[in-house]
Amino acid sequence: MIKNISNLGDAALYCDFGSEVNKEINSKVIRYFKSIQKENIDGINNLTPSYNKLIISFDLRKKNFQTIKRLIENLNITNDDALESNKIKIPVCCDENFSLDIKRLEEKLQITRDKIYEKFFGKEFFCYMTGFIAGMPFLGDLENELQAKRLETPRVKVPKGSVGLTEQFANVYTFESPGGWNIIGNTPQVIFDSTNENNPNLINPGDVVTFEQITKEQYYNNNE
Amino acid sequence: MNKNYFEIKRAGINTTFQDQGRDNLYHIGIPFSGAMDNRNFQISNKLVGNEVNFPIIEFAYQGPLLKYFGEKINFAITGDVKFIIRKKNNTFEGKCYQSFALENGDELDIISTNKSVYGYLAVSGEFDVNYQWSSCSINTKANIGANNGKKIEDGQKINILNINKNLSDKKLNYINTKIENIRVIQGTNFDYFSDKGKKIFFEKEFVISKLSDRMGMRLEGPKIENIFDTNIKSEGLLKGVIQVPADGNPIIMLSDHGTIGGYPKIGVVISADYDKLVQLTPGSKIKFKKVELADAETLFKLYDLETQNLISQI
Repeated sequence: MIKNISNLGDAALYCDFGSEVNKEINSKVIRYFKSIQKENIDGINNLTPSYNKLIISFDLRKKNFQTIKRLIENLNITNDDALESNKIKIPVCCDENFSLDIKRLEEKLQITRDKIYEKFFGKEFFCYMTGFIAGMPFLGDLENELQAKRLETPRVKVPKGSVGLTEQFANVYTFESPGGWNIIGNTPQVIFDSTNENNPNLINPGDVVTFEQITKEQYYNNNE
Repeated sequence: MNKNYFEIKRAGINTTFQDQGRDNLYHIGIPFSGAMDNRNFQISNKLVGNEVNFPIIEFAYQGPLLKYFGEKINFAITGDVKFIIRKKNNTFEGKCYQSFALENGDELDIISTNKSVYGYLAVSGEFDVNYQWSSCSINTKANIGANNGKKIEDGQKINILNINKNLSDKKLNYINTKIENIRVIQGTNFDYFSDKGKKIFFEKEFVISKLSDRMGMRLEGPKIENIFDTNIKSEGLLKGVIQVPADGNPIIMLSDHGTIGGYPKIGVVISADYDKLVQLTPGSKIKFKKVELADAETLFKLYDLETQNLISQI
């Protein structure tokens, strides 16, 4: 299952499930994550599932790399449980004040903005993981023609609600934050709610998300 | 009704409540946060007779000016900090690593940190703060923690509960030492970089940029050349991870870091050096030194033992 376990620094295990990004590998990562979470292993203080990696952080006062590695290798993880999945719609406004990188994208991708929107809106995207900033969903997969690299130098401030593209993925900036994704619009939807401690994220790994384009008027009505 | 409180006459630049931080939330995108310099945080609490993980006030560069109202309390400041105590008939400069008393109407003016970034203020009582996920630590990026997740502001009142009635004066002989050599373990994408890039990373000096905060420390210096791919598939990050984006300038992840990142990881700062790293001011020069995992584990044990020894001396 896990192809390789190495150390990331002195207080974390880096579990490699492969180099490809697809739902199959990602679902394995999520199953491992959920199983280890249930084990409640003393000393483990964080788990970070991503496309094809799982990082297990531990308290170096209590455990070290070798002891945690042995514990993880000896776990019996089943692959049977289906992943829970919700369908979620996210409204997005592409007014020029919001679509910060649309010109850059037109040049990078060599297609018009209308084509970019046509290939983006109304399509179903799978949530591979959440994070970077609180609640940010990593959604895929974008069509080949929409795939672009990150900005060379990340922005110091990306506005809250920004919807960005990078490679085959889309995301939503749940807070103002530094970041390097190509921004095409902004959503008024609340994606992360810290007052809901048990379930702060609107979108969770395994969910299916569709973006819908809205006008400036709809955007501001939604904000009221 | 609370009769013991601070009135914030000047908040300072980056003043927040912090404690040990919150764990097991990386998967939804919430970092540990917590006091940047864990040793100085714990010592400050011990100097006023608290449990070491009580909420404290962390400040950076310029500290707050606080006016105290209420019954007599003790406070202590740790780090390398210049501060003044103004009493009715007497104004004097205080010393770090030593408890001082505050009485009704006294002012505590935390002027600045000296050639260091973070300082800590603990009082012999409990700051009246709210907790999210069992921690008061303010994460200003996600607006999580005490004070609605926002920095402490001018004019604010900070209530203090459960004041310790048995005040005793405490002191520790300790001087913060600085480091220039930051020890790192090779990162998972070390081989993304050219031989020249690797050599630069371990041999050349880097300067800490002004664009550094509780989330990350940006470095400037010779560019580290990537020969494989300047992006990776986004994956988890940790405190101390050093990423190198396409522009070749390393960024070190700090306590409020993003939990996921897509730039190659050239190295990870060892746990033993973290408290000292965060205290380095913009403009400081640093060098990275390579260590192996086993050495990093031993170095952390020693560092942690030293911290425990300091705490037990108080």
